[in-house]
Amino acid sequence: MEGDSGDGEACPQLELRLGPPGGGGGGGVGGREDLWALKNAACSSKNRHDNPPLVLSFGYFPTPNQYSPGYPSTISPSQHQRVPNSFKESQRSEMQLTDPKGETFSETTAPPTSSQKRTAPAPVVGWPPIRSFRKNISNTSTNQAKQPHPHTALESQNKRNLENEKPLTVKSSAKEKSLFVKINMDGVPIGRKVDLRTFDSYEKLSSAVDQLFRGLLAAQKDSSAGGIQSKEVEEKPITGLLDGREEYTLVYEDYEGDRMLVGDLPWQMFISTVKRLRVLKSSEVSDLTSKLPYKTVLIPCKTIL
Amino acid sequence: MAYSFPEEVLEHVFSFLHSDRDRNAVSLVCKSWYEIDRWSRRRVFIGNCYAISPRAVIRRFPEVRSIKIKGKPHFADFNLVPDGWGGYVFPWITAMASSYPWLEEIHLKRMVVTNACLELIAKSFKNFRVLVLSTCEGFSTDGLASIAANCRNLRELDLRDSEVDDLSGHWLSHFPDSYTSLVSLNISCLGSEVSFSALERLVSRCPNLRSLSLNRAVPIDRIACLLRQAPQLVELGTGAYNAELRPDVFSSLSGAFSCLKELRSLSGFWDAVPAYIPAVYSVCSGITSLNLSYTTMQNPDLTKLVSQCPNLQQLWVLDYIEDCGLEAVAASCKDLRELRVFPSDPYEEDEFDIALTERGLVSVSEGCTNLQSVLYFCRQMSNAALISIAQNRPNLTRFRLCIIEPRSPDYLTLQPLDAGFGAIVEHCKGLRRLSLSGLLTDRVFEYIGTHAKKLEMLSVAFAGESDLGLHLVLSGCESLRKLEIRDCPFGDKALLANAEKLETMRSLWMSSCSVSFGACKLLCRRMPRLNVEVIDETSEVAESRPESFTVQKLYIYRSVAGPRLDMPDYVLSMGEESPDLIG
Repeated sequence: MEGDSGDGEACPQLELRLGPPGGGGGGGVGGREDLWALKNAACSSKNRHDNPPLVLSFGYFPTPNQYSPGYPSTISPSQHQRVPNSFKESQRSEMQLTDPKGETFSETTAPPTSSQKRTAPAPVVGWPPIRSFRKNISNTSTNQAKQPHPHTALESQNKRNLENEKPLTVKSSAKEKSLFVKINMDGVPIGRKVDLRTFDSYEKLSSAVDQLFRGLLAAQKDSSAGGIQSKEVEEKPITGLLDGREEYTLVYEDYEGDRMLVGDLPWQMFISTVKRLRVLKSSEVSDLTSKLPYKTVLIPCKTIL
Repeated sequence: MAYSFPEEVLEHVFSFLHSDRDRNAVSLVCKSWYEIDRWSRRRVFIGNCYAISPRAVIRRFPEVRSIKIKGKPHFADFNLVPDGWGGYVFPWITAMASSYPWLEEIHLKRMVVTNACLELIAKSFKNFRVLVLSTCEGFSTDGLASIAANCRNLRELDLRDSEVDDLSGHWLSHFPDSYTSLVSLNISCLGSEVSFSALERLVSRCPNLRSLSLNRAVPIDRIACLLRQAPQLVELGTGAYNAELRPDVFSSLSGAFSCLKELRSLSGFWDAVPAYIPAVYSVCSGITSLNLSYTTMQNPDLTKLVSQCPNLQQLWVLDYIEDCGLEAVAASCKDLRELRVFPSDPYEEDEFDIALTERGLVSVSEGCTNLQSVLYFCRQMSNAALISIAQNRPNLTRFRLCIIEPRSPDYLTLQPLDAGFGAIVEHCKGLRRLSLSGLLTDRVFEYIGTHAKKLEMLSVAFAGESDLGLHLVLSGCESLRKLEIRDCPFGDKALLANAEKLETMRSLWMSSCSVSFGACKLLCRRMPRLNVEVIDETSEVAESRPESFTVQKLYIYRSVAGPRLDMPDYVLSMGEESPDLIG
């Protein structure tokens, strides 16, 4: 940056140079080998190496991004903690995943038994940044198309929709055969989707979940391992999702928000009531056998993933 | 040299300069040009009502006819600024009431306007013509009644997005029968029903009416008769656009719309039912601006409507448009210049009902070569998509992306989105406004500081890792005027290292960052023409805070008026005299 050209001029100059660690790292990220140190030279053009009134230390940069090769980088590349790989666009490696359909985000039909939406309260003030009058558009108006729920739609509009054969849900008729549900896994920030209609048994579902998350989980473990770059982070298969004996267990939420172990119901009944899937650490799931005649709420519905 | 031309000639020459910057430049040439400019300046823009006192403005520009003033920081729109913060326009109105008797226009944004202000305006300015209250608050419909009753020459009354204490719709009836000069009326933010017969009479006796934005309470079956009275309309905002389908209402509406040969802009459509939408098809070919951001109408009807508008330049819509709808827009609306896609359900966790992804934006960036301005809410983004957008549309001037989940990485690679936004600033050399979101490291700020030389406004949330990020922006972005930051690990060092930069900017907002109380005091001591205001809503007395205390919210702005005098308890100005600041 421009700091390199600092000659003592009339206004304060910032001079970039390598400095020893310590003297206050920037931004709370620790464990760095090298630090940029910026000297805020005083207004005089005298010896810059006098003790300046302010010594600033900032974090370093990892290797320059290959996408934009013009950036100067005068320090040796070091692994940045926050990012699993260095900033190389070309390096896709095991990070890239798609779900079985080859698409990570697809249209879905709301399951016919889905009822009122559950809206999570905004966890953060002022986020997302929309004005108050935009916040409740879909709630306050007659939202007949979002949910086929008799309470939210005007009777007459429903009738008219049926007359015109307009679908009450968003999706076009071409996709009526698929049933996408969202699936999240403990420890992986990104959820995926699975089309339940592509499976006909719990075993197939379980194996698909393994496929989906195996690589993502390995990536998360790599990134949280504290900067040790290993391209060959071992991807362990995720097994035992249905029997609770292994590290992870598969649970589902139905349209009422109750959570249950997967595997109770006959498959067809299951896919007609499931709204969402979650892969939880088995230790988090309170101990219950899987043969429950009645639904039981295992955990509060809004855990944070 | 200057006196070789009579003043009148110079004044006439200056009258061709419309931008404030040009006129400001002219005023610096020499004393006589300064004087000629100040006596002939008719429009003044005050970007921050606390940057200068009303007296000082009036002293310098004694013959102003039109004034625009902005108050609260932009993040007030998202409830980050507590009530009672400030932005009162009353001191300005009282000062102008005595000094600008010929004032014609008042435009206010994010200011507190009371009924007393409105009454004073109504009484003081005989030739008052234009009142625009954008995102204002503090007044009721009683204040509007004063305006309606007294402003004989009123042309424009525009309440866009203001919060009005809506006591009743009766105020509209206060326009006297002799009043015929209405050109533009926007009451879309009001909740109450206005007297429909008063509205109809008003519309019928104002032949110059060009712009009419109704509120939700005006039912669909009343629109047709209004439109028939005003076939010259250029802009129309409907009310609620739903009812049981009745053929007579439909054909009446359809017929009324087909008479609107000048119509260019449509908005409103609350609760729109698809069945009534074809009534507007006849005007679609002329439409250049479409605001469907209040309507819950979905595909295929939504896309069908939009794709019928080949001359569309501005589109505001909810994410019901979906990727497929945006592809249709890219194919049909080749002159699109501005796109805003708002989230229909921002807090809904289970978003699999909405099929709007980054692909929609990429399609529009490919198909619409005049696209300059983007505001896009979505739930996933990739570096690849951002790079495509940047390469497709280097002519972007405003790019605001909000990925709803904070710190979301590239959903394909799990990388931060630094490279994507880097591409945006590198390719779009004329970029003036940028809002960031997603997972971002300090790297993105390096790109911004290096490339975004024309950037004037930057909004940052949940991004960066250290002070270096803030430093790179403050030291690199030469044109930066407004910077607003929330929830970023930026602290004292970058701020203090770039203190001088802050005086070249209008304002800096930082909330939930890592700036210490001590640094704020130090900054204020060093920069006497900066107002450094700390907002602290906890109950303890703010002055007793230790130096290391992290401030909740910080608002820094340049000012020649000194610290303001109307701060509430929870705002502490660092410029106030206090023992530890001395020496």
